[in-house]
Amino acid sequence: MEYNPFTLTGKTVLVTGASSGIGQESAIACSRMGAKVVITARNQERLHATFDQLNPEVEGHMQLLADMTVQQDVERLVGELPKLDGAVLCAGNSMTLPLQFGTREKFDSMFDINFFAPVELLRLMYKKKVLLKGASVVLIASIGGTHSFMPGNGVYGASKAALNSIMRYAAREYAARMVRVNSICPGMVNTPLIHDGTITEEQLAEDAKRYPLGRYGEPTDVANAAIYLLSDASAWMTGHDLVLDGGFSL
Amino acid sequence: MSIDQFIENFTDLFDETDPDTINETTSFKDLEEWSSLLALSVIAMIDEEYDVEFRGEDIRNSNTVEDLYNIVKSRVE
Repeated sequence: MEYNPFTLTGKTVLVTGASSGIGQESAIACSRMGAKVVITARNQERLHATFDQLNPEVEGHMQLLADMTVQQDVERLVGELPKLDGAVLCAGNSMTLPLQFGTREKFDSMFDINFFAPVELLRLMYKKKVLLKGASVVLIASIGGTHSFMPGNGVYGASKAALNSIMRYAAREYAARMVRVNSICPGMVNTPLIHDGTITEEQLAEDAKRYPLGRYGEPTDVANAAIYLLSDASAWMTGHDLVLDGGFSL
Repeated sequence: MSIDQFIENFTDLFDETDPDTINETTSFKDLEEWSSLLALSVIAMIDEEYDVEFRGEDIRNSNTVEDLYNIVKSRVE
């Protein structure tokens, strides 16, 4: 038997936001590490495109449509989920906005998807005992709001800081069932989210030079960290926010 | 919408620049106070005041305040 503390063989893992970016890459990577993967997102076509890329050597992958900001969807999803050994909650959005334009409406839209949605899903998965004893939950947060405070990122950063806070409380409370809760705090990662046009490609290329390791992250960088946190290799790790930023916040 | 109102909204975003020095022919990127944060503020102001989605490349493709106004105007309808 090959020695591999990072294997996910035999585990069932939920990935939200699986239709693009970090979620898509995490779902594919987890299946390649042997996990049975349950993917969810809003858009059927794009979700299906991810499903087609899951490792066919593992049987039983599932795809479930749901909008994480709709309470009925979240409740239905939790009802349909199999028992889970792990979850990677990636569904989220970004917003680049100077604070003086950060109205309650803007904050609400950001907190709905980046904070309330994963918090409610996590709550229900725990309460309904969808998360098995010893399960590992990975929240995708950000260096924004806790480790980095770039102008224009306040509304977004605050939502991710709130998520990092709840992550620690959940880690304390859910330890009662040996459920681990950690977050990954990436710097800028090359996903459709940052290439939405608010910031020009030239500005992004210039910004990437400010990273000590010389580049933005790739979704696979984050997926590999998620594999570690889901695997038994991190069995003694909970309540930790794993900074993954090419040295940017140093 | 009027260009005068647009110029006023635009000028409001500046703290150091004398408002009287900004008009429709001003090459705004040459203003000393111009910055990436101000660019974000322009995008946010246009969203707030005109409900128009403005992008970084729209700013890149504009030279004068009037250029900005014309793009916004073309998307208001």
